[in-house]
Amino acid sequence: MLEIRRSDRGLELELTGEWRALRFGALDAALTTLDLGGARRVEISTNRLEVLDLSGAWLLHQFIKCTEAVGVEVTFKGGPPDQLRLVDQTLKGQIPVCTQQRPRVPLSLVDEIELPALRSLTLLGQHAVLYVRDLVSDLAFLGRMSVTAIRAITSWKRLRPISIARHVYDTGITAIPIVSLIAFLISVIIAYMSAQQLRNFGATVFVVDLVTIGVLRELGVLLTSIIVAGRSGSAFAAELGSMKLNEEVDALYATGVDPFEALILPRVFGLVIALPLLTIIADVIGLTGGALLCRFLLNMPLTQYVTRVQESITATTFWVGIVKAPIFAMLIAMAGCYRGMQVRDSSRELGRLTTLAVVQAIFLVIFADAVFAVLFLEMGI
Amino acid sequence: MIYPILEVIGLVNRFGTQLVHEGLNMEVREDEVFGIVGGSGTGKSVLLRSILGLQRPQAGIIRIDGRDITKMTTSQLYEVKARYGVTFQQGALYSALTVRQNVQLPMIEHVVMEPEARDELAMLKIRLAGLPADAAEKYPSQLSGGMIKRAALARALALDPRLLFLDEPTSGLDPISAAEFDELILYLQKELRLTVVMITHDLDTIFRTCNRVGVIVDRHMEVDTLEGIVNNPHPWIQAYFHGERARTRLERHGT
Repeated sequence: MLEIRRSDRGLELELTGEWRALRFGALDAALTTLDLGGARRVEISTNRLEVLDLSGAWLLHQFIKCTEAVGVEVTFKGGPPDQLRLVDQTLKGQIPVCTQQRPRVPLSLVDEIELPALRSLTLLGQHAVLYVRDLVSDLAFLGRMSVTAIRAITSWKRLRPISIARHVYDTGITAIPIVSLIAFLISVIIAYMSAQQLRNFGATVFVVDLVTIGVLRELGVLLTSIIVAGRSGSAFAAELGSMKLNEEVDALYATGVDPFEALILPRVFGLVIALPLLTIIADVIGLTGGALLCRFLLNMPLTQYVTRVQESITATTFWVGIVKAPIFAMLIAMAGCYRGMQVRDSSRELGRLTTLAVVQAIFLVIFADAVFAVLFLEMGI
Repeated sequence: MIYPILEVIGLVNRFGTQLVHEGLNMEVREDEVFGIVGGSGTGKSVLLRSILGLQRPQAGIIRIDGRDITKMTTSQLYEVKARYGVTFQQGALYSALTVRQNVQLPMIEHVVMEPEARDELAMLKIRLAGLPADAAEKYPSQLSGGMIKRAALARALALDPRLLFLDEPTSGLDPISAAEFDELILYLQKELRLTVVMITHDLDTIFRTCNRVGVIVDRHMEVDTLEGIVNNPHPWIQAYFHGERARTRLERHGT
């Protein structure tokens, strides 16, 4: 691609073959390793060149610039190639620039501040302002949703029962296998662990109490919620987020349909219906798992297990667990929908906010569970 | 035997029972601007997707630079893909990357290059597409419609292809921006000796830029020069080029 001849007049470079972008690496190496050898003149000949594309021409342009900078004269045998002129023209900005432009929106105030100390202070202030702004928009979302919900429950049409049914199916019925499996495994783990410990005291019969109370009060609803947060919280955020990117949400607004009513409420209501039902299934499967383990590991007859279960539960045990489900459902659905509606501009935002939705949903569920635990303790249930 | 730069012979595309193309032939010659026209649902996009190797046709030969891409393995196709540039209808810029990074992506993928050289070459392409220098560090969501088309063009030109595919290059642009964009394509076509294949509905664009036009009618393609196609007796082509909308343009462009 590069033939070098030295003569007393200077250096003669003959370019051959294809000078195209796809061979950039080799061409660049050939030019940078070229030893001028103290020549005062370089003559470039392009007669045998098969292809010279813009990237190749740019390389040549750079080479000529560097060579001329050290005081070497560069000439072309038979005139410079057209492509070189195009590179020159483009770099000088002779291509008419697109007339239609958008006003510049500053991404961040901080980018324009030079001083490091001032910069970190500004960053702190900016985060504080953003945090407060976030809090306000959280509240606005909550308020808007409540208002829409109140309006919706007064009218059958606004409630969109078909849409709700779809979400009950998507978030509830399709989740039954995984929820059952997890509930079964968890109750087996509790029974197994506690059996090992209680055997030392000869109190293996209390394994039943542990499984029953543990699953009914806490683990059934908590684990179901965490699974649903992972499944449906992310689905809500991703669905709404891509609708936002597609301008589908704007289209709904423009049609006069309130996206809160058409998109968010059915999801929230759907999950509020589905999660308690899933919890009941998880409870049943959990107790079944406990029974199986007691039967085969502890050789406890099934009738004794049932009697023990009846003795260990009080009137409230089941309800204490199940009453938490709709609250958790609301938290999960709202975290998912809220973050989904915040997506704008790019697919990266979609990923970030979907992750955030799941993390927040799980955090909120566990936090609310802690609040419930304290509350029930104070109430003496 | 010398092959044309792009050649489609006997292309058949079928989805289920619906036949989209039935023995479609087209040939694109070097250094021309070839326009593809057709009603909605006549399979313009399917044709483009077939040519780009994004989907395999049921039958037919598609030759790019004389090599049949329908018989190629994935790795052979990979090499062909570095030889043509494409812009998609909505731009299809990667929204998480800046314009400069968008332009550099094909370079990173296909060429060994120093980062500094890549930066400067990307800037060269961005300027070549008529974008202001400060657009390089912007994200696609910060660009206007016309700038998105130009950024997509800059990305399509990243590897200096000889063959450039444009899918509806001027759709969604106002007439002034569309005219500017047509000018730019003509300028680049002349300077870079590009062969341009464009799908378009815009009669102005067709009359301003195209040397030859292929119209998809009845599952095959009628190919002719601009003058020839205007006088083609097929009813759809007559309606397209002699409709109310077209008549004023015909007069204006003096065809």
